Amino acid sequence: MIVLEPWETRRAWLDWASPLIAIALTLVGGGLMFWVLGQSPLEALRIFFIQPLTSVYGVSELLLKATPLILIGIGLSLGFRAGVWNIGAEGQLVMGGVTAGAVALALYEVESIWVIPAMMLAGIAGGMLWGAIPALLKTRFNTNEILSSLMLTYVAGLFLSLMVHGPLKDPDGYNFPESRLFHDAALMPTLFEQGRAHIGFVMALIIAPVAAFLLSRHVLGFQLRVQGVAPNAARFAGFSSKRLVWLSFLLGGALAGLAGMMEVSGSVGQLVPIISPGYGFTAIIVAFLGRLNPLGVVPAGLLMALSYMGGEAAQIELGLPNAVTGVFQGMLLFFLLSTAVISDYRIRWRARV
Amino acid sequence: MQVTKWMAAGVAALMSVSALAADPLKIGFVYVGPVSDGGWTYEHNVGRLAVEEAYGDKVETTFVESVSEGPDSERVITQLAQSHDMVFTTSFGFMNPTVKVAKRFPNVKFEHATGFKRADNVATYGSRFYEGRAVIGTVAGEMTKTNIIGYIASFPIPEVVRGINAAYLAAKQVNPDVKMKIVWVNTWFDPGKEGDAAKALIDQGADVLMQHTDSGAPMQIAEQQGIYAFGQASDMKTFGPNAQLTGIIDDWAPYYVQQVGKALDGTWSNTDTWGGFNTGMVALAPFGDAVPAELQARALEIRDNIANGNLHPFTGPINKQDGSPWLADGEVADDGTLLGMNFYVEGIDGSLPQ
Repeated sequence: MIVLEPWETRRAWLDWASPLIAIALTLVGGGLMFWVLGQSPLEALRIFFIQPLTSVYGVSELLLKATPLILIGIGLSLGFRAGVWNIGAEGQLVMGGVTAGAVALALYEVESIWVIPAMMLAGIAGGMLWGAIPALLKTRFNTNEILSSLMLTYVAGLFLSLMVHGPLKDPDGYNFPESRLFHDAALMPTLFEQGRAHIGFVMALIIAPVAAFLLSRHVLGFQLRVQGVAPNAARFAGFSSKRLVWLSFLLGGALAGLAGMMEVSGSVGQLVPIISPGYGFTAIIVAFLGRLNPLGVVPAGLLMALSYMGGEAAQIELGLPNAVTGVFQGMLLFFLLSTAVISDYRIRWRARV
Repeated sequence: MQVTKWMAAGVAALMSVSALAADPLKIGFVYVGPVSDGGWTYEHNVGRLAVEEAYGDKVETTFVESVSEGPDSERVITQLAQSHDMVFTTSFGFMNPTVKVAKRFPNVKFEHATGFKRADNVATYGSRFYEGRAVIGTVAGEMTKTNIIGYIASFPIPEVVRGINAAYLAAKQVNPDVKMKIVWVNTWFDPGKEGDAAKALIDQGADVLMQHTDSGAPMQIAEQQGIYAFGQASDMKTFGPNAQLTGIIDDWAPYYVQQVGKALDGTWSNTDTWGGFNTGMVALAPFGDAVPAELQARALEIRDNIANGNLHPFTGPINKQDGSPWLADGEVADDGTLLGMNFYVEGIDGSLPQ
């Protein structure tokens, strides 16, 4: 029979290799899928993964799409390390978008370089506030944070809907559920002439090593890691698990809220009923693809963003259905989880006893 | 020197020849749902196929489906604009992205469905679905036994509010006791939510369902529960062979064929089209067996009267929900008020989400 045994000593290289193996297996599986769909596998993979990168516009859009995934992924990986399952980053993103958007509209036509920082602070505050609710429920009433954070996502979506149908609705918009278009000072400064990539990506590149440092070198990071691996040891060492729950949710909420601010200010330029195509959920895959390491989350976010854009390219160039994007992401997650097993355990044959 | 000149001339000649050999007009379509939704997007795709049918190899079409109305739409529209001559964006939420992208691609023609913002290269189009609502409202008012019509609504935008009012007024005319119960699902396409809304309405006593969402789920629930419903955007008989009384069909084919024709012969301009029964853009699905022949005849008569202009679904006297007068006796609503409609008419319960 097949037996899974934990490695006596962890193989560090497997930590890095397993996501790469998963990506390779996904490429093989994806190639097979294209072949079954009657496409040339290599050509299809080229269109899916390379074509979006062949223009400045494509690269710019890739960075735009990766930015929220990376920011949220960093926040989630900190919490997941501590075994705090914040599944509601999507809601925290939406709340951050609403609060940042409200600030932009309140400062309508105010031309100042401080509009963007004010929006960022508002977005962070909105995300933190929304993250604080499951944290409070968890620490006060021991409520399961997976359920409470997930369900609050839908509340946030409805709140956004309420706002764009009500107080934040464009007064000249024929009652359509949208805010005014933000004025220029409330739009994120862009990086290139073409496309919408903005300074948020640079901020994500700065935040990632800071978070990695926090996790690997700072005492708080140490506490987070111990809490995740050995909660009893953490308690014995006198670490406050409540404090770590709060820390995880507030950090996760802050980064998701910041991502929400960047979406409304950088990608959309107004508040609309839907400001995220599910970044908060996709970022969960990104966090695991990056092996819950803030530095690993950066390439993971870029890859996941690429898979979305590849799906669009595959539709335009090859006439394939949109479902291929979902199939790709599903395969990636599947192979990722299975290779994670291999990196944590060794597989042996043993005769039945 | 001479040689490079010749070469340059040759290349230019080759290029102009290939242009003359008529590169097909490349047309892109952006869909908000999957082409298999059996409703809104399905019908837009039927329109796309009609364009291919009509113009053969003079056109080449592409579509991108399930494009979220959020930030992704701008990129999809841009990508299509880079390689296409004409782009149809087929949901209200694509309005601002369409206008933004159109500014950057002045040589590409854009057509946006159901919006109100135009530009030199952006035309808009929509259908007077409320005309169809007036017909199905009549049928619903006659068919209901519990006197409760359930209405699954998407977003409280004028187009949807207009449909609710038109259906209610028509139902009320043939059945003064009729009540309308409305559930807002805040989505265009979500079979799960739409199905739940249908169940909730049936629990509240509704025995006829109408929907302003795109999936066949409510029709399936109606079929299971043995009640009636109306197809939305497309003939949904396959979802409810016994349940479907009739349906409002959005037929985009005539419009798409006409606009692409204009683009081909160079007469395209940034028009605003709002067509109804008279243009063929709104049509009725075949009646179900449950609808008595006499009622079928009456429904068709209403349709014909609307088509030839003898009847307007919004003809006074009509009061607003709060009792204040809107239209005096015999007065007909103007298009401006209809396009911005943000109030219920008198007799509808509940408040409009604001």
